[in-house]
Amino acid sequence: MNTTDVMRSIIAILGKDVRSELRTRYAVNALLMFVVVTLSVILFSLAGETVARSVHAGLLWVVMFFAAMSGLARSFVAEEERGTTLTLQLLATPVSVYIGKLLFNTALTLLLNSFIVLLFLLFIPDFTPAQPGLFWTVVLLGGVAVSSATTIIAAIIARANTKGTLFPVLSFPILLPLLMSGISATKIAMEEQAWTSAWADLQLLGSYIVVVVTASILLFEHVWKD
Amino acid sequence: MLTVKVASVAKHFNRRPVFADVSFEVRAGEVFGIVGRNGSGKSTLLKIIAGVLTPSRGSVAYELDGVAVPPELLFRSIGFVAPYLMLFDEFSAAENIRLFAGVRGIPCPDSAASALLERVGLPTDREDPVRAFSSGMKQRLKLAFAILHRPPVLLFDEPISNLDSDGVATVHAIIREQRERGCVIIATNDQSDIAQCDRVQAVSSGA
Repeated sequence: MNTTDVMRSIIAILGKDVRSELRTRYAVNALLMFVVVTLSVILFSLAGETVARSVHAGLLWVVMFFAAMSGLARSFVAEEERGTTLTLQLLATPVSVYIGKLLFNTALTLLLNSFIVLLFLLFIPDFTPAQPGLFWTVVLLGGVAVSSATTIIAAIIARANTKGTLFPVLSFPILLPLLMSGISATKIAMEEQAWTSAWADLQLLGSYIVVVVTASILLFEHVWKD
Repeated sequence: MLTVKVASVAKHFNRRPVFADVSFEVRAGEVFGIVGRNGSGKSTLLKIIAGVLTPSRGSVAYELDGVAVPPELLFRSIGFVAPYLMLFDEFSAAENIRLFAGVRGIPCPDSAASALLERVGLPTDREDPVRAFSSGMKQRLKLAFAILHRPPVLLFDEPISNLDSDGVATVHAIIREQRERGCVIIATNDQSDIAQCDRVQAVSSGA
């Protein structure tokens, strides 16, 4: 099987997920509701008061993390619930399925994170990144890192009976290093510190993505087949 | 020339044995039947042959002109129909066909999708999603899913379930045509399916 065939297969699976999501709104509705409700709670608790910029970073990551937890598992759980896992197993190689799902989750996460940031800019008092370039780099890398880890975890928990409970429980320890780096780099982007202060965190986020995606490609076949 | 070799295959879930020591060989041009009581493991054996379930013991090998087909390319050599196989029911029949073709990297213009739908006896102009289809129509679409890529091996699990007499005739015509291209393995207890088979092997639970 050559690279072109694999690429065609990946694009077809990604296209299927996008069209399916546009028709069923399985993940998007859950994610949007979660974001709106969480932001409302934050706004009520702040009650118009301004908080330190470093706190903004924490609040932003809390919303981005839990939004990912509430929606990204759908990619594989929906296939399992609809009984289409076997169909995909018979249609394509495990690598094509994994990368197709990863690209879909990454696109969804980046769109969602952009929406969350937009709402923060509009509604949270004094939420203004001092270094927009660094800020958006962290949001981009953080989004890709979250989706790469949650995609393989979603594939694992889709086979379990207690899907809803397992997803955040399994995800938290795996996402912890990226959460710490993401929050730290976002804090630097919110304050007027030098870009170079965030270099170590950006390196960690980049390395995290490479390690998780490589390990997932190697392991996915064992997760995917009974 | 294609051969499917099933050698001493056994399967157990946790400690519960499903079947043990099943061996047979199917060659191109043959239609092979697997029969057995409900719960005897016919579907499990078919999934093992399809490569989507790992046997507890034994092996399944595909050989094309004496060369082993790598497991990662098995999905190209197999067409599978079963009552538990689900299609993407938010899409129409034609969209499902185009999706299957797209994932398999097969060019599929509208005329090819229509011809395939006609072949399995489905209307070509229905744009409503598959979830609105009757169970017999879904079964016909599964047949299209199985034969789209003209695989050398067809694995049929209860292929005529939910089908009317016209649908049964379509399935049996597909089985006859497949003799020219490769082989068919059918898991069934239906006498009309068994009548299509050259050889039949019984599977019994715990055997």
